[in-house]
Amino acid sequence: MIQVRARRLLLTGAILSAVAFTGAPAVAAGTAEGRVGPSAMSSATAEGDSQAAARGTSGGVPATPAAPKTSLADLEDEVMCPVCGTLLGLADAPQAQRQKAMINRMVDRGASKEEVKAALVDEFGSEVLALPEGSGFSLSAYLVPIVGFLLAAAGLAVAVVRWQRQPAAASESGPGEGSSPDGAAASGGSGTDRRLDEDLARYDL
Amino acid sequence: MRPRSILGVLVVAAFLGLLTYGLASEGSSGPQIGEPVPDAPLETLGGEEGATGSLADYRGRWVLVNFWASWCEPCRAESPELEALQQRYGGPRFTVLGIDTRDLTRDGLAFVREFGLTYPQLRDGDGEAAQDWGTTGVPENFLVDPDGVLRELVRGPVDARVLRQEFVPHFAADLRRDRT
Repeated sequence: MIQVRARRLLLTGAILSAVAFTGAPAVAAGTAEGRVGPSAMSSATAEGDSQAAARGTSGGVPATPAAPKTSLADLEDEVMCPVCGTLLGLADAPQAQRQKAMINRMVDRGASKEEVKAALVDEFGSEVLALPEGSGFSLSAYLVPIVGFLLAAAGLAVAVVRWQRQPAAASESGPGEGSSPDGAAASGGSGTDRRLDEDLARYDL
Repeated sequence: MRPRSILGVLVVAAFLGLLTYGLASEGSSGPQIGEPVPDAPLETLGGEEGATGSLADYRGRWVLVNFWASWCEPCRAESPELEALQQRYGGPRFTVLGIDTRDLTRDGLAFVREFGLTYPQLRDGDGEAAQDWGTTGVPENFLVDPDGVLRELVRGPVDARVLRQEFVPHFAADLRRDRT
């Protein structure tokens, strides 16, 4: 029974820790999808050759059609509206509209996701990014949940090991107290024996 | 005291400390009338790369600090009035100083060109200056005396009547004194 309890505890602790670990950066990011930081941050790095040169006037259609490096839809849930304090994709304020227009202009000129983000950071500071940067103090936004999860797992493991040892220690000391079953019963026996006696008495067996 | 109790007390104290720090650092209420105003350097709007300016550059002058943004409709209405004030009183003893907050540089410059604003402009892209001054929105106007002390403020757009009644009386005497 104790082993079953220990397994349930472990499972519960693992589930809670996993939820906390995946949920924290998502809360920080404010995304409904719960995407987690570093992988999302690095998703734009494999864009291929740079076609980042300006192709002409802002908002102009490129002469040779080519797949854009990124898009507004790709960016608007990773950057914030600095006035509204919400994700750009959820914001409808005049400033949000202007920000979207700026992003569209840059996308039309072939800018990559990282270039657009860098331009937004240049305009509004690093707080315009929905996900914390993976460097400096901001790294703590990713490290703290991981460290917390590891500490929780370690604490849980220690608690389970101790709990499992206690009944084993009790059952080892129990028979030593009296050399005969009568002696063990007379002295009150171990906790397990006492509970067994109580159960037997309850059912009048 | 048992070790577990000590640990519990430490954990609670750590959380309380974190909460206190968070509340204390969560935005200031801004300067009150009679208090010195923030003068942290800010990027100049449309200036050279890296060029900055601050209120300290205008020490010795009366400065009407105007927080605005190009996406703000009331800012569009009041800008001609502020430009008129600059044209009338601007000089070695008075200037209007615009601070474009949480705005794109390109849109801010377009706004300045559209209204023909001649007074100096600074940029507050991340909104920190607006927070330091305790603004609750845009536009907001703050009158600062030659010693860098706040003398008057109006939260919201100003027109000719408000400027004449609330701000001009503070510095008109000084300007008249200089002219005599």
